Amino acid sequence: MGSRASTLLREEEIEEIKKETGFSHSQITRLYSRFTSLDKGENGTLSREDFQRIPELAINPLGDRIINAFFPEGEDQVNFRGFMRTLAHFRPIEDNEKNKDPTASEPLNSRTNKLLFAFRLYDLDRDDKISRDELLQVLRMMVGVNISDEQLGSIADRTIQEADQNGDNSISFNEFIKVLEKVDVEQKMSIRFLH
Amino acid sequence: MSELLVMEDLWDVAVVLFQVWISVVLGLIMLPAMFGLSLGVTGVYIQILVKILEWATVRIQRGRKEQPTLPLPLANGIIEREGGSMEEEMGELRCSRPQSPAGREFALCDVFYFYKKGIESIVDDQVTQRFSSEELASWNLLTRTNQNFHYISLRLTIIWGVGVFVRYCVLFPLRITLAIIGLTWLVIGTTLVGFLPDSSAKNWLSELVHLMCYRICARGLSATIHYHNKENRPQKGGICVANHTTPIDVVILANDGCYAMVGQVHGGLMGIIQRSMLRSCPHVWFERSEMKDRHAVTSRLKAHVAAKNKLPILIFPEGTCINNTSVMMFKKGSFEIGGTIYPVAIKYDPRFGDAFWNSAKYNMVSYLLRMMTSWAIVVNVWYLPPMTLEDGEDAAHFANRVKSAIAEQGGLLDLAWDGGLKRAKVKDALKEEQQKMYSSMIVGQNGNISPEPHSRATEKQ
Repeated sequence: MGSRASTLLREEEIEEIKKETGFSHSQITRLYSRFTSLDKGENGTLSREDFQRIPELAINPLGDRIINAFFPEGEDQVNFRGFMRTLAHFRPIEDNEKNKDPTASEPLNSRTNKLLFAFRLYDLDRDDKISRDELLQVLRMMVGVNISDEQLGSIADRTIQEADQNGDNSISFNEFIKVLEKVDVEQKMSIRFLH
Repeated sequence: MSELLVMEDLWDVAVVLFQVWISVVLGLIMLPAMFGLSLGVTGVYIQILVKILEWATVRIQRGRKEQPTLPLPLANGIIEREGGSMEEEMGELRCSRPQSPAGREFALCDVFYFYKKGIESIVDDQVTQRFSSEELASWNLLTRTNQNFHYISLRLTIIWGVGVFVRYCVLFPLRITLAIIGLTWLVIGTTLVGFLPDSSAKNWLSELVHLMCYRICARGLSATIHYHNKENRPQKGGICVANHTTPIDVVILANDGCYAMVGQVHGGLMGIIQRSMLRSCPHVWFERSEMKDRHAVTSRLKAHVAAKNKLPILIFPEGTCINNTSVMMFKKGSFEIGGTIYPVAIKYDPRFGDAFWNSAKYNMVSYLLRMMTSWAIVVNVWYLPPMTLEDGEDAAHFANRVKSAIAEQGGLLDLAWDGGLKRAKVKDALKEEQQKMYSSMIVGQNGNISPEPHSRATEKQ
């Protein structure tokens, strides 16, 4: 009974999301269509099952971690604002962003924020360090059963050795940024949205 | 007293109207339909519709220019995806780093690839969109497709209103009458033919009855069917495979030939229809328990095909309804039966009505009602040249070959994904494939890690 009307996006909401994320009006409405088509329960939020229903995501080795990134600490549902906030990290960096108000907070899709987002994929316990265990966990997800524990261990050790500068045997966010300074983060962590 | 007279008069008028109605239906629609003739009314109707829809499209585009906040329809997708393979994209990711001699090792930035692919699939994936109706490029003046289109102009709204009236009050009763007549005649006719002893006359009569009923049913949906390449029509003893969009596919195909249907035994109305059809010519109906036993199913179908004089079997290898924008994985079971395969491509024109049956959203009855209140059903059917299993080819490969041929002919996207993903989860094996591919990239085929550590540690100063 009128459920469609109540799930339509109001203009004020679109404006707020536009300011927060930088998406254009038509992009927001298109992504809202996508959000509602994923929302099988029709209650305005997505659960983890809704994401897992996407086959291409279900076969992604890091699928579960990616889904986790949408859900704030300890919650099981994500609403449209949260959905957009996470997607905003993958907006391409545009030059005209630099002309904005310098006192405004950094946009969600800046290089640093993109790297922070990737850092959080590794750093599950949010202690701002990627420990050897956390690195091993991600490695295991990516390779499945095809590499032995020993080999994986030495890959992890080597990676930490390379990146670690203060000798605490883990990778901090600054060390993470340093290792990846030559990588084209702008292009590799961005999705070209049409319109 | 006078009231009674008025009542009688009204009753007389109603009876006369009813008689006129029935004779119109019988004379102008049903009889020509039964003999495969057409008075050309539907053709004119379609042409008028096309003109109106084109006008509406122009009007909407003009309206959109004036109100730029109207959302654009999803023409090419929400995002632009790069088509590179895992190897290519990983290579690009790492090209900025100094390479070790073997050229491969794990890098912290490898996760970017999976991350990006994952987010891309969340925003727009190839599979889930196939299980809901296709979005139209421009509104076709039906209420049900009016999701993203807002008020544009008065004239458009008036035309839409007239359309609603015509569809619900004029066309719908007509179509319902025809459908009921068609189905009733199917049951009665096939039962009558069933009483005859087996002979070629019986077969001929049975085919006639089937054809007539399907033609009436097709009129009941205002279906305009264009058949192409009729010389490739399926022959007796063969297997006809087609892409599946709706249960109406059966009516569409059976308008131009007789097939032996394959399916599950149902109860109720469907069951009555199935049983009476079975009396006049051999269809292959399975009990639910038999369906699970693949071997039993295959052997029954093999037996049917081996008897070369039986009607061609009609099978939909996708196993479920897809929304007619793509062809999904063909289950190889149909291709293990042997015999000649006659592929058929079916493409509905979405402007006149959405033929896709979304079984999660609509049951059969509401689906049929929606069909009968659309503008029309316009469909193109292409008969492709027959194909057989080649030497050394396995059934899965053969199935893919046929699928590609059908997809190409019908202008549909050829997907390898399983239509069963509509309801079931994806198989773990596909994830394991991805993991294997990645492992071979960082570790090499023979399991050796590329040599390095000490030199790098000293480099870092």
